[in-house]
Amino acid sequence: MNIDLQAREIAPLRNTYAHVANYVGNDKPASRYQEATFGAQPTANFHYRPTWDPEHEIFDASRSAIVLADWYVLKDPRQLYYATWTMARARQQDAMESNFQFVESRGMVPKIPDAVREKALQVLVPLRHAAWGANMNNASICAYGYGTAFTAPAMFHAMDNLGVAQYLTRLGLALDDPSVLDHGKQDWLSDPRWQVLRRCVEDSFVVEDPFELFVAQNLALDGLLYPLIYGSFVDEHVALQGGTAVAMLTAFMPEWHDESARWVDAVVKTAAAESDANRRQISLWVQAWTERAQAALAPVAELALGDAGQDALAEARAALTERCRKAGVLA
Amino acid sequence: MSNVFIAFQHNEESRPVVDAIVADNPAAVVVHSPGIVKIDAPNSLTIRRGTIESQTGRPYDLQQIHVNLVTLSGYIDEDDDQLTLSWKH
Repeated sequence: MNIDLQAREIAPLRNTYAHVANYVGNDKPASRYQEATFGAQPTANFHYRPTWDPEHEIFDASRSAIVLADWYVLKDPRQLYYATWTMARARQQDAMESNFQFVESRGMVPKIPDAVREKALQVLVPLRHAAWGANMNNASICAYGYGTAFTAPAMFHAMDNLGVAQYLTRLGLALDDPSVLDHGKQDWLSDPRWQVLRRCVEDSFVVEDPFELFVAQNLALDGLLYPLIYGSFVDEHVALQGGTAVAMLTAFMPEWHDESARWVDAVVKTAAAESDANRRQISLWVQAWTERAQAALAPVAELALGDAGQDALAEARAALTERCRKAGVLA
Repeated sequence: MSNVFIAFQHNEESRPVVDAIVADNPAAVVVHSPGIVKIDAPNSLTIRRGTIESQTGRPYDLQQIHVNLVTLSGYIDEDDDQLTLSWKH
C-alpha cells in the first residue's frame, strides 16, 4: 500500500487579534512586538478614581501636558517586548560577565596606576546613586504614563538603569575594598562637587508630568552624563592612562546608551511632530532641563577631567543639541 | 533569466530578515508555506545587514540567518554586511 503524505496549507482567516488588527490591519501576521504592545493599555471600566489623585483616572493620558490622539504612536524602534528585551540583555550580561572574569583572571586591576584607579572610583562610584535615580524616574514614567508603547519600554529602561547601578557597584568592589561604596555614598551626600547633581536628581523625583520626566531624565540628564562620563572620561581619559580594565568593566553603559538613545529620540520626535503645542512644550522642557543638567554636571566634569572637563561637557552638550535638532525640538 | 531563492523557518527571528529582503529586492516574491517562508527573486537577491538592523533597531550579525535558514539556490557572495545570491560567477 502506498501512503501519500501531502502538506496542505490552511490559510488562517485572522492573522492577529482584533485589537491588534485595529492598528496594523489583518493583511499579514502581526509581530510579537505588535501583539504585546497594541491595545494593551487599560482604557475603561476603572470604577473609582484613586484616592491619592482624585483629579485623574488611574490610567489617564491627561497627567501629561503632551497631547496625542493615540499614544500608541510612540513606538519603540528597537521593538522590545519582554522576550526580546531579556534575550538582548542576557547576551550583554554574558559579555560583561566575561569582561569581569578577564579583568580578574589576568590581574589587570593591580596594573592600573594608583592615581587613575582612585580617580575612576571617585567619579564612577557615586554615579550609582544617579543611576538609581534614573531607575526611580523611569519606574515613575511607567506608572503614571499612558499607552503601553510608551510605558513598557520605560520599565525596561528602569531595570536597565538598575543594571548600570549594579555594574558600578561591582566595579567598585573589583577595584577596591567594600568600604569604597560607603565613601562613594558619603561623597554623593556631602561632597560639594556632587551636590548640584544630587539636587537635580532629587528634584526630578517630584516631577509629576511623565513626559517631562522622560525628557528630563532620559534625554537631558543621561544625554549629557553618558557621553561625558563613559565617552570623554572612561574611554578617552582613563583607558589611555592604563585604565583599560575600567573601560572593560563599564563596556555595557556606552553600548546601552547608544541603543536606548534611538528609542528616546524616536519618542520625542513622534510626540513633537504631532502638534506645534507639543513641540513647544517639549522644547521648553528640553531647554530647561538641559541647562539644569549641564550646570549639575559641571563640577563632576571638573572632578573627572580637570580643566578639560568643561570642553568635554560642552562637546556633550553640542552632541545633545544635534540629537534634539534631528528629533525636531529646539535645545 | 533564472530565479534564485532562499527559504527560512517562519518565526519571529526570521521575520525582520524577510522584511529586509522584501525592502531591498522589489522583484522578490514571498511564498508562505506551512512552517517556512520561501522568497523567489529573478537573477539575484541581496540580504543587507543594515536593512535588517533598521527593521529591528538592534545590531545584527548576518551569520544569525543560518539558525533559521532552510535552503537556498544560487551562488553565494557574502561578507559582513551583505549576502547576495545570483547565478553570476
